[in-house]
Amino acid sequence: MNLLLKNGRVVDPANGRDGQFDVLIADGRIARVGKDLPAGDARVVEVPASAVVCPGFIDMHVHLREPGQEHKETIATGVASAVAGGFTAVACMPNTTPINDQASVTKLIVERAAAAGLARVYPIGAVSIGSKGEQLTEIADLRAAGCVAVSDDGRPVATALLMRRALEYASMFDMPVIDHCEDPSLKGDGVAHEGPVAGLLGLRGIPSVAESIMVERDATLAEVTKGHVHIAHMSALESLRAVRAAKARGARVTCEVTPHHFVMTDDSLERNGGYDTNMKMNPPLRGRADRDAMIEGLRDGSIDAIATDHAPHHADEKALEFDHAPFGIVGLETAVPLCLDRLVHANVVSLSRLVELLSVNPARLLRVAGGTLAEGAPADITILSPDREVTVHASTFRSKSKNTPFDGWTLKGAVAATIVAGRVVYVDRQSGLGLAD
Amino acid sequence: MTTAATSLRSRHLLGIAGLEPDEIQLVLDTALAMKEIGTRAIKKVPTLRGRTVVNLFFEPSTRTRLSFELAEKRLSADTLGVTTSGSSVSKGETLLDTARTLEAMAPDVIVMRHESSGAPHHLSRVCKASIVNAGDGMHEHPTQALLDAFTIHERKGRLAGLRVSIIGDLVHSRVLRSNALLLTRMGAIVTAAGPATLLPYGLDRLGVQVKTSIDEAVDGADVVMMLRVQNERMRGLFLPSVREYFTVFGLTPERLSRAAPDAIVMHPGPMNRGVEIDSAVADGPWSVILDQVANGVAVRMAVLYLLAGNEE
Repeated sequence: MNLLLKNGRVVDPANGRDGQFDVLIADGRIARVGKDLPAGDARVVEVPASAVVCPGFIDMHVHLREPGQEHKETIATGVASAVAGGFTAVACMPNTTPINDQASVTKLIVERAAAAGLARVYPIGAVSIGSKGEQLTEIADLRAAGCVAVSDDGRPVATALLMRRALEYASMFDMPVIDHCEDPSLKGDGVAHEGPVAGLLGLRGIPSVAESIMVERDATLAEVTKGHVHIAHMSALESLRAVRAAKARGARVTCEVTPHHFVMTDDSLERNGGYDTNMKMNPPLRGRADRDAMIEGLRDGSIDAIATDHAPHHADEKALEFDHAPFGIVGLETAVPLCLDRLVHANVVSLSRLVELLSVNPARLLRVAGGTLAEGAPADITILSPDREVTVHASTFRSKSKNTPFDGWTLKGAVAATIVAGRVVYVDRQSGLGLAD
Repeated sequence: MTTAATSLRSRHLLGIAGLEPDEIQLVLDTALAMKEIGTRAIKKVPTLRGRTVVNLFFEPSTRTRLSFELAEKRLSADTLGVTTSGSSVSKGETLLDTARTLEAMAPDVIVMRHESSGAPHHLSRVCKASIVNAGDGMHEHPTQALLDAFTIHERKGRLAGLRVSIIGDLVHSRVLRSNALLLTRMGAIVTAAGPATLLPYGLDRLGVQVKTSIDEAVDGADVVMMLRVQNERMRGLFLPSVREYFTVFGLTPERLSRAAPDAIVMHPGPMNRGVEIDSAVADGPWSVILDQVANGVAVRMAVLYLLAGNEE
């Protein structure tokens, strides 16, 4: 069915738009954006003046766990979680079981995503077979099957030589190499940010330099190879410095930050009686200076994207000793409220800049459609209620897993609706949008 | 003046971090009365008769486990010992399931040692029994710090203003963390010294001075507390060798001569003679190491009495 979104505030930085416009959607694409558009045969949706219509958000870093870890998440529950969180597309990391290191796994992901039919799913293939750091995967074949990038996420690209070759090889297909930057010897068996909080709690530390030394390596190799390296879930002040310096030299280095790394610090390890395993993620929650640096990087443009690193884990897995619980938290259904509350309402970035971080830039970095409401573009749209307060209830998440540190938080800013290819795939009934069926 | 504590505010003893100075004082005062019981011909009182204490040890321990057991027996508690090596993960049952199984037997107190920092905190959120932390990973060992404080007080008559130096493998030591918290809270001047590869973050937040020279740390100290250096740290990247460690950090009579004339030497045990401490020091007139062991029973009796003896 065709839709006419009437009178919303359209924030579309790719086309320099920020104002009251109508958006006409026909045959799954943006037909027109303008004032007082005629509805024709389209269903008219009155958008409240307070709502914001923007190009669909793209989360370029999620773990959907299927195939192989379906007790944590499936592609179907993962994309349901995505659209409920305002994301019209997600890029899923290859550390499934088996690892997405060959086209047959990629095809399975693509098929399951099509069957689920909610958010678009862009698979990320492994850099090395089994993500073991030894032999390059068949990247051309992965690309043909649907992969948009390569990464050994969960692990770093193991050696400088492998990273060099991956950058050289992937550049033939114009694909970024996404790196989970971490020097394994410096990380050791650490479980929390190396600093005074972990020091007094007796938790083994993961120093910031374990991340930044790999960022430096990758930046240097990107410069030498002219390849595109994208730094996943950057967390440390020193890493941001390395990215800034590399960008200044003209290297193709981009980076993302997660909401939890610009919202929380390692002080959270002392919350809830201490040792809450929902505060355990990798990279770890870092110090205040690091958190503030991430906010500054978002403000000044040196950080390209916000991604969630959505990492579902079963409650039984998280109910272990802090040392033994797995790293990671879910993020799809809390990211947008955290961004609106902590970045937009806190005057760190404008709504327009937030749309760049969540939509325009991820589309550009992954070379996928989206990030724009230009006429003819796919009608992937996120509608926000920026001023509506929401309280996070993990129990209501669409994700199969509830491992969030934000349960019970009240945040200003909500997702009103999510539209993928012109189809309304999520509506918040309290949004006041006339879209609820 | 605030009113002095007459009971502990929490039903668990997870760490010194959760104790106010008046609660620490209460444990020390109570331990004094308990110590007297140990001097009697019949060293047993009915205080915890009918109460059940489980000693749940996930890490090998001799002295702490025996000390708790003796404390429980002297208070007439029924005791159960569960000693299991290796983590709960490796044997296929989670810590929570182990705890729930024990809980079904309705114990009043679970004394617990575990290799993971925070494991007792984790249990305290689900268990009805009082949890006593008998050492969690690199985090805390609160009864050790309490017995150390009791021993220092017994010898020096005070804690406030004393210069206490803690020396050895700082980063891996729960004894260090609990002692640093307790002693600074009670007004002592605490210095910690160890190899630069084994220094933890955060001690400065407690007001502890951190040094890498044992000679500077010992200089003028009233109390010298040596920490055990585990053998597995002695190879590889923390320390080059036992020999070098003793040369640079071993406590010898010569080094000790820089301390206050009436200084005492402590060690939580088990000692590595010739590694962190010279036998001449361990067995010399300064040593209160065996007093620490004896006082451990009295302090643990005090803790158990305060947590489980006051109900009804």
